[in-house]
Amino acid sequence: MGDQEVHALSEINLEIASGEYVSIMGPSGSGKTTLLNVIGLLDRPDSGRYELDGRDVTDLSETEQARVRREKIGFVFQSFHLVPRLTAAENVELPLMLAGIAPAERRARVDEALLGFDLCDRAQHRPAELSGGQRQRVAIARATILRPTALLADEPTGNLDHRIGAEVMALLEGLHHAGTTLILVTHDRELGARAHRHIAMRDGEIVTDEK
Amino acid sequence: MKLRDTLHLSLHTVASYRTRSLLIVLSIALGVAAVLVLTALGDGARRYVVGKFSSIGTNLIVVLPGRAETAGGFPGAVLAQTPRDLTLEDARFLGYLPQVKCYAPLNIGVAELAAASRLREVTVLGSTADLLPIRHMNLVQGSFLAQGAERSAQMILGAKLAQEFFPHGNAIGQRVRLGDRRFLVSGVLAIQGESMGFNSDELVIIPIDYAQALFNTSSLFRILVEARSRSDITSAKEAIRDILKRRHDGEDDVTVITQDAVLATFDRILRALTLGVAGIATISLAVAGILVMNVMLVAVSQRTSEIGLLKAIGAPSAAIRFLFFAEALWLSLAGAVIGFTLGQFGSLLIRLAYPQLPAWPPTWASIAGVTIAFVTGILASLLPAARAARLDPVKALGGK
Repeated sequence: MGDQEVHALSEINLEIASGEYVSIMGPSGSGKTTLLNVIGLLDRPDSGRYELDGRDVTDLSETEQARVRREKIGFVFQSFHLVPRLTAAENVELPLMLAGIAPAERRARVDEALLGFDLCDRAQHRPAELSGGQRQRVAIARATILRPTALLADEPTGNLDHRIGAEVMALLEGLHHAGTTLILVTHDRELGARAHRHIAMRDGEIVTDEK
Repeated sequence: MKLRDTLHLSLHTVASYRTRSLLIVLSIALGVAAVLVLTALGDGARRYVVGKFSSIGTNLIVVLPGRAETAGGFPGAVLAQTPRDLTLEDARFLGYLPQVKCYAPLNIGVAELAAASRLREVTVLGSTADLLPIRHMNLVQGSFLAQGAERSAQMILGAKLAQEFFPHGNAIGQRVRLGDRRFLVSGVLAIQGESMGFNSDELVIIPIDYAQALFNTSSLFRILVEARSRSDITSAKEAIRDILKRRHDGEDDVTVITQDAVLATFDRILRALTLGVAGIATISLAVAGILVMNVMLVAVSQRTSEIGLLKAIGAPSAAIRFLFFAEALWLSLAGAVIGFTLGQFGSLLIRLAYPQLPAWPPTWASIAGVTIAFVTGILASLLPAARAARLDPVKALGGK
């Protein structure tokens, strides 16, 4: 808006190993969501390098980035971001559809995912007919349906009450145990403390990074 | 993303926003229907006029006394000089031309018809036996003017006159009085209705020389000539002009009109008219296109976060552009199909209301209407689709 450039992130030097469980914490405006977006290839750094799975993905074309995002990264949002017109099953099916997978295989994998997240009886319901916890479970099912290497969760329990939030966290941690890299952005200290590695941010910089 | 899935997902979206989609489809459909109905009217009018004009004869050439100075157009309004009369003798000479199949001299006037204690003014046509085939007239009763026996005081009654004067259908053989002369009814014409401002149901036909005596004239009103074939028309026209010029002391003082030329002129004018109304109807389709664009732009801003999500789960810009594009495609398709149906139905209603008017939408108009619906719908979706594809996923997702 103004003439002044704002640096959402600066001097970030971060390496996350495959299978890690990392929490990124900090006050709002500290750049933690921006960092997550860069990691998730939604945002492009003005300068610097980003390697994912040993491959430099900084300068990939928009289409290639979309492909990497689809195959390697799953997003879980605070506000779920389900498509309101589609049923739970159809929401989960979306990434498979985008990947061009045949309908028969899609159905099998969606059924499997819904079973895994205990959503079988909710498959044909629209998001509006689901509870918050069910919505987030649908969102997680959608994020993991293509078995991404990294799961990026931005305040996944922010819109849920404590008990449901704990259930969702247990679900995400279960996925981490199964081998997925889990990166959690939160300003909830208690939640952040559950991770194995804690990154604290302030004013676009990493303040502490401890295991 | 597979084409099938894109089409399926966009159809799902279109079906979900029911009111919005219905309005767009309706606007496109009305545009298409307008094109079809208006061109059906225009083309129907053309076919009606051409049909009427064809029905008065085949390979017809009309000879009129007098010469219009202005090229083309009907003489009578602008006659530059007092014409020499066209006579029965002139007509007879035309009959000798090899290109001429038959001819009928014509006199016209108004006289009082009295019969069965009834009296009314009627239009009187004086002619010969060949008038019947040349003008494609039919008799329901009796016989027409006898060939070569024009001296007999025969009369042919129009259908309506026969009904008026002899309601019991016993017209044949009745004695009637026309002006101050007596005639014997020998035939009744079939109902033909109005044709080129001339109602053959309300006229009487008598032999040409009786008509000339009745109206005290030796000049003819017209000579109708039927050429042997369509290809003979031009040379017949030349020959007629030539022979009459020689008979009229080298004075080119007759006008020769061919049915073909008049027909072609009407055809051209009415085709242009149809194209004109089609053009006006097309404007409504363009307006529908702008509505589609408007509504889709609103849709893009309403569905910003959804677009952001699609990008986050790995949809490339192209896939998103195609999704919106496909939505426009579905809307256009539905609009075109419904519009086509509405247009056909509307034309059917017109045909039912006016059975004489062959109001069929021409094929070119159907194709053009449907094509333009698609083109405008698709063009209108380009800008919104591009805008959706360009959305920054971070900002799009930010709008929680």
